[in-house]
Amino acid sequence: MDIDLPKEANKIRQDIIEMLLEAKSGHSAGSLGMADVFTALYLGGVAKHDPKNPAWEERDRVVLSNGHICPVLYATLAHAGYFPREELKTLRKFGSRLQGHPNRFVLPGLEASTGSLGQGLSLACGMAWALRLDQKRNHVWCLTGDGEQDEGQIWEAAMFAGKYKLSNITQIIDRNNIQIDGHTEDVMPLEPLKEKYESFGWHVMETDGHDIEEITHVLNETKKIFEKPSVVIAHTIPGYGVDFMEWKSEWHGKVPCAEEAKNALNQLRSLCGNITSEHE
Amino acid sequence: MLKENYLDRQKVEMKLARQGFGEGIVELAKKNTNVVALGLDITDSVKTGLLRDAFPERFIECGIAEQNAMSIAAGLSLVGKIPFVATYGVFCPGRNWDQLRISVCYNKANVKLAGAHAGISVGPDGATHQALEDIALTRCLPNLIVLAPCDYEEAKKATLAAGEIDGPVYLRFGREATPAFTTLQAPFAIGQAQIFRGGKDVTIIGCGALVYEALQAADQLAKEGVEVEVINSPSIKPLDEETIVTSAKKTGAVVSVEEHQIYGGLGSAVSELLAKKNPAPMEFVGMPDAFGESGQPEELLKKYGMDQETIVAAVKRVIARKS
Repeated sequence: MDIDLPKEANKIRQDIIEMLLEAKSGHSAGSLGMADVFTALYLGGVAKHDPKNPAWEERDRVVLSNGHICPVLYATLAHAGYFPREELKTLRKFGSRLQGHPNRFVLPGLEASTGSLGQGLSLACGMAWALRLDQKRNHVWCLTGDGEQDEGQIWEAAMFAGKYKLSNITQIIDRNNIQIDGHTEDVMPLEPLKEKYESFGWHVMETDGHDIEEITHVLNETKKIFEKPSVVIAHTIPGYGVDFMEWKSEWHGKVPCAEEAKNALNQLRSLCGNITSEHE
Repeated sequence: MLKENYLDRQKVEMKLARQGFGEGIVELAKKNTNVVALGLDITDSVKTGLLRDAFPERFIECGIAEQNAMSIAAGLSLVGKIPFVATYGVFCPGRNWDQLRISVCYNKANVKLAGAHAGISVGPDGATHQALEDIALTRCLPNLIVLAPCDYEEAKKATLAAGEIDGPVYLRFGREATPAFTTLQAPFAIGQAQIFRGGKDVTIIGCGALVYEALQAADQLAKEGVEVEVINSPSIKPLDEETIVTSAKKTGAVVSVEEHQIYGGLGSAVSELLAKKNPAPMEFVGMPDAFGESGQPEELLKKYGMDQETIVAAVKRVIARKS
């Protein structure tokens, strides 16, 4: 593949910072943290999709259950070619196709309107069940947050997928350990998360959420599991790439001011200080 | 539209509206392979079991998980299925309202949901299982059609109509076998009310099994010289504005009749309409802002004011208020 995926992920992060600065509200940490996973999924050849034909019958279905990290989805879709990148700065503004949470009717490339936590995995189960009934090979990718695992509905869906052995689902959990009230293990402990899913009948894999090669490999591996639904626990760093945001739960639902955004963009453009930026 | 001698309580056939629902699903499923149903552990009670028996591969048992089932139904519809998800009204749309709002209505998912055992006439199970708020819960949701058929035959027609349109529909049924008083030929269409009995003095607008009680009340009042127009309004949303406004203009007084809280149900819908188009004095027969209790249906309908006698009294009150 010709695309430099880490570079694409970095550009997506820069776009996210600019979008959030412009929007003045939204979720920074999760959006930045998931840029590598989204890059692998949409640009790394994992999900079958066609930006020129969003309604392609053979496409995989991607459901963003934790709809609040849609800045990373929007930026990735723009990079993939679903709509012009210039439109990214309309995020959350009146009349924009980039709604505060995804609306499938207004923007191409969205499978479901989401935003109320806990519902996306059930939506994905319904899609997967229907696709299997129709003997279709399309895969269903469902992205969830780790804080979202607090929702009871997630475990109802986990039981359902386990019962029906929905092997055409891969759930990707953004395991960044933060939610709005603080650290997930303080708010509502999730561990042992891997064992929980295993006991619900899922095939569990883990990955470094910032190693695109590893993410791509692990996600592709889940397509080869034919007995069980798969879940990939992606260990990510919230706010990845911007030092003052990393690991900070206060950045879950906050956006940078102009000065912070400038600082963040400098860090990203210099690849976290690894190269000297050519211009300010 | 109505069967001969339908007013004879001894002779009128008693049938389950939910049976009409189940038979309607099977009829749809025979014509369209995309029709599927979700089971919520009371599959035989709510009659989705009929589809399970006819087409087992198109039946999905979800267990006691109404929230999951509602979102799964939305997911199924996003891949082209026409899912029917049914359980008791207190759980659907009661338990899974947020899933109905976002997964189904915001997505305009082609999901048909049914709340069975609606109303106080659920009886012995008591307050927890008597759905008396479901019309209010569904009527306020954009994109959702709300239907409350009056008997077996109409329930079947409503189910067929729901299956043939693209978009979410809520269907409401009671628990009891109730008079099957409408004919096979009686018309049914979403957005249409039917005048079951003409009259000039007062209009009764009802939905569900109580429409039969309204007809009984009208017959009783006719003997006292009061001419009651009885309108069956199974389509609560969209409401048949023309039929209702025309009747209210003619009679100048309206009584709503439903097995639902007086706040937020059919009566509220009618009064909102009349306040805009043709203000008229109105009385509301329904659950008087209270929770129910255990008892026989007739005992409860009498205590909480949803029987023939209460309807007659409401008609007299509203006539006295006519200017």
